[in-house]
Amino acid sequence: MIKKFDKKDEESGSGSNPFQHLEKSAVLQEARIFNETPINPRRCLHILTKIIYLLNQGEHFGTMEATEAFFAMTRLFQSNDQTLRRMCYLTIKEMANISEDVIIVTSSLTKDMTGKEDVYRGPAIRALCRITDTTMLQAIERYMKQAIVDKVPSVSSSALVSSLHMVKMSYDVVKRWVNEAQEAASSDNIMVQYHALGLLYHLRKNDRLAVSKMLNKFTKSGLKSPFAYCMLIRIASKLLEETEAGHDSPLFDFIESCLRNKHEMVVYEAASAIVHMPNCTARELAPAVSVLQLFCSSPKAALRYAAVRTLNKVAMKHPSAVTACNLDLENLITDSNRSIATLAITTLLKTGSESSVDRLMKQISSFVSEISDEFKVVVVQAISALCQKYPRKHSVMMNFLSNMLRDDGGFEYKRAIVDCIISIIEENPESKETGLAHLCEFIEDCEHTVLATKILHLLGKEGPRTPSPSKYIRFIFNRVVLESEAVRAAAVSALAKFGAQNDDLLPSVLVLMQRCMMDSDDEVRDRATFYMNVLQQKQKALNAAYIFNGLSVSVPGLEKSLHQYTLEPTEKPFDMKSVPLANTPITEQKTEFAPVATSKLPEKPGPTRQDIYQEQLAAIPEFQGLGSLFKTSEAVQLTEAETEYVVRCVKHTFARHMVFQFDCTNTLNDQLLQKVMVQMEPSEAYEVLHYVPAANLPYSQPGSCYSLVRLPEDDPTAVSCTFSCTLKYLVKDCDPNTGEPDDDGYDDEYVLEDLEVTVADHIQKVLKPNFAAAWDEVGGDFEKEETFALASVRTLDEAVGNIISFLGMQPCERSDKVPENKNSHILFLAGGCLQGNTNRSGTRLVSLMAHVLSNLLNVDHGNTELLLSFMENSFLFLEISK
Amino acid sequence: MQIEPSLYTVKAVFILDNDGNRLLSKYYDTELYPSMKEQKNFEKNVFNKTHKADTDEIAFVEGMTIVYKCSIDLFFYVVGSAQENELMLMAVLNCLFESLGQILRKNVERRCLLDNMDGVFLVVDEIIDGGVILESDPQQVIQKVNYRADENPLSEQSVAQVRSYTRTHTPSNVTLHV
Repeated sequence: MIKKFDKKDEESGSGSNPFQHLEKSAVLQEARIFNETPINPRRCLHILTKIIYLLNQGEHFGTMEATEAFFAMTRLFQSNDQTLRRMCYLTIKEMANISEDVIIVTSSLTKDMTGKEDVYRGPAIRALCRITDTTMLQAIERYMKQAIVDKVPSVSSSALVSSLHMVKMSYDVVKRWVNEAQEAASSDNIMVQYHALGLLYHLRKNDRLAVSKMLNKFTKSGLKSPFAYCMLIRIASKLLEETEAGHDSPLFDFIESCLRNKHEMVVYEAASAIVHMPNCTARELAPAVSVLQLFCSSPKAALRYAAVRTLNKVAMKHPSAVTACNLDLENLITDSNRSIATLAITTLLKTGSESSVDRLMKQISSFVSEISDEFKVVVVQAISALCQKYPRKHSVMMNFLSNMLRDDGGFEYKRAIVDCIISIIEENPESKETGLAHLCEFIEDCEHTVLATKILHLLGKEGPRTPSPSKYIRFIFNRVVLESEAVRAAAVSALAKFGAQNDDLLPSVLVLMQRCMMDSDDEVRDRATFYMNVLQQKQKALNAAYIFNGLSVSVPGLEKSLHQYTLEPTEKPFDMKSVPLANTPITEQKTEFAPVATSKLPEKPGPTRQDIYQEQLAAIPEFQGLGSLFKTSEAVQLTEAETEYVVRCVKHTFARHMVFQFDCTNTLNDQLLQKVMVQMEPSEAYEVLHYVPAANLPYSQPGSCYSLVRLPEDDPTAVSCTFSCTLKYLVKDCDPNTGEPDDDGYDDEYVLEDLEVTVADHIQKVLKPNFAAAWDEVGGDFEKEETFALASVRTLDEAVGNIISFLGMQPCERSDKVPENKNSHILFLAGGCLQGNTNRSGTRLVSLMAHVLSNLLNVDHGNTELLLSFMENSFLFLEISK
Repeated sequence: MQIEPSLYTVKAVFILDNDGNRLLSKYYDTELYPSMKEQKNFEKNVFNKTHKADTDEIAFVEGMTIVYKCSIDLFFYVVGSAQENELMLMAVLNCLFESLGQILRKNVERRCLLDNMDGVFLVVDEIIDGGVILESDPQQVIQKVNYRADENPLSEQSVAQVRSYTRTHTPSNVTLHV
């Protein structure tokens, strides 16, 4: 019989799996033997294993059947078979969420937890805590306290870890066990030490002083557990970061001393902590880097991986600190673990010299097909960084990238390559044509609509300005013939740009447009018809307004305004000027290594910060009727970081008003603030209309109060203003532990720093992709020229930076980058000032800027000249010379 | 970015066979892959990226650090966040592997593992509790689990197998007496 069974096993091919043909109903049927007397431990054990196995495979158990099996299982507590009992605990944990009335086993578990059998006690505690809720926790509190300080390590550890799990649910109860945890922390057992430390930190992490005391104690006493050391290092570096303590602090010394610990785990944790600290100097990094260097030649792959990954991070900020490891890193290029090899190469790309680039690129191409997409993205990012560093190498990189583009790969990978090529094109004008050619080839066979439309947009923007624009037409029109609607529509828009900018191509473009007007898709047809009609007018201004520089309003804002318009029946046509302008996206920081689940992020851009504020403000009755929000500033700190009350201000500009939003945080745990508001005294003709106080400001929960101010209307130059601010509130003392306030309170105030309103608050950035076209569109009527001398600035870079930040306008055509070794530079700035209010725009802004700039740029003894041309309400063209 | 000090080190543990089928898996971070489908997808993805390079022992998949080990026809995986200390994860993996090596008497292969599945569940339970490393010393784990592998394969267990096998494979009109 057995023989036959084995034979069948071999035939089945997939090897033998005693659980292969398990059926839930059959197993539950078998579970009836739990009720037989005497209990057969072996068979029962096997059935429990099957149940757990099924649950583990994702088999769904209904509440009824699960409860039935669970109740049958409780009978098995009568058996004294050790393994069977342990499997009962596991079943309890697995079924805690599926079965009903699991608390029925509470008394059995409590008995085991306090019994004589040490093997049962730990696991019983863990099972018990799994089925216990806050109300029942009180009942077992006494046992838990005893268990935490039990001399048997497994009991103590189990109690500590279970307490940690329950902190989320019943913080107030677990908090009472601090003294027991404290006692456990001085245990000789390394795991008990570790768990006690973890629980203590968790209970105290909001109390910086207590954490600091705890660290002080443990760093001196010297723990035995390497895990506990790692935990201490993490706590210490977090505290260092929060308190912004200098690197002469004893905490830093502690972390550094861990570099000499005998456990590799601790050494690595310390090195990693030092590397991740902000503002570390090269000298402070050196010891960490040298231990990582040693790890690079470890026989353990995990250690090599950890070391090179951390060195990669260092190389981002301090490439020179890593150069000492270059030799070790080069040895890792041939590492059998491809992840390690990739990290080694990308690190070398960051630290290596220009001469080594060719060699490294060759080495990468030898294995790039073998690594996962995540690492391919890392390689592309490294190449992208390299291009910025060594612009002269762009042809090598471009070649390499185009080869990568032809290989197989997912969307994230392709997108990284396309982004990288685009950034090379933008940085190096001479690489533009090769880059565009590669991208053209890519869209010929591209399955990603997003990338195809992105590239078509780029072609439309850059193509017409190349020496031979006609060669791109074929690629673009091919898309119209072959692709999906979205791509076809993008192709039509790109075509229109060629027609608008190149007169000799216009007739051919019009012919192609004509064909697009027959398209089966509405959007494509509409676009083609629209562009056709605009192009036929042959007017530059029309082209600029409708083809080159499309809508500059914020899309959610437009949606909201249109919705509002449809709600109020009116004869007036919809006014585009009432829509808030789009915030230009802040150029993203180059993502560091750690492509942490980037693919999980939603593709659709969420509402911008300003849209969120608009929504919040609209909800406050006092601020209704202000119109749409024009601009929201960055937050300004009005207090030092380490004060009793932390206040920062966000300025919202509306057509005729400003709203100041004060985000306040109360850092005193024995006070409750009520009726909090910020009183403002303006220096100019601004008028404070209304204060909206924050009703309650409990400890560490941020709250906001607002002030509404009317802008002065008669004096056009009075844009800037200084407000002196005072925080006013009612203080109620309260119990730091419970947060229960006293009945009586008293009024108090707190002086804040002055708040400035500047010209930048009245100007919104607008990105004009084609500045020249936009400039021409406006015409010369508003043009005004003035010359200023820049006194305080020394370099062109500095001048450009100052002007941009002071005026709050958007630099266009990358003109904010000053080429090296030039004596003059032209800066294009675009912005919109308050709209929907005629006397605040147009000529007003011109005089305003002249006024502001003459204040800013001290006319006396400057050696840098600034030539300004003002245009209408939104453009500025600056020529700066030295 | 600094890593938040916490005892929750392990995000998931799983054991797969050499076809990538799940034999055991525990996810401790319920937000990581909430549904069974997502979990199995992740396991498949991890398996595809690691089973060819079975000596590599560490990989980075879907933004997670994965340490792994292969034995005959089994793959053991321990998953942690991208910022986690790789050596801590390695300590867990080694402890798991050595503990199983002991209870399975060095026969760390699929058949033997499945025959002692109860012991395997108990070992994992002793090493990690809800994502917290409970024990990292294999000797301690063995002592706590106190499990002995079946020495005699001709047993209740095999009989049960035959029963369930015959139940599904014999025609309904034939009764089999075992």
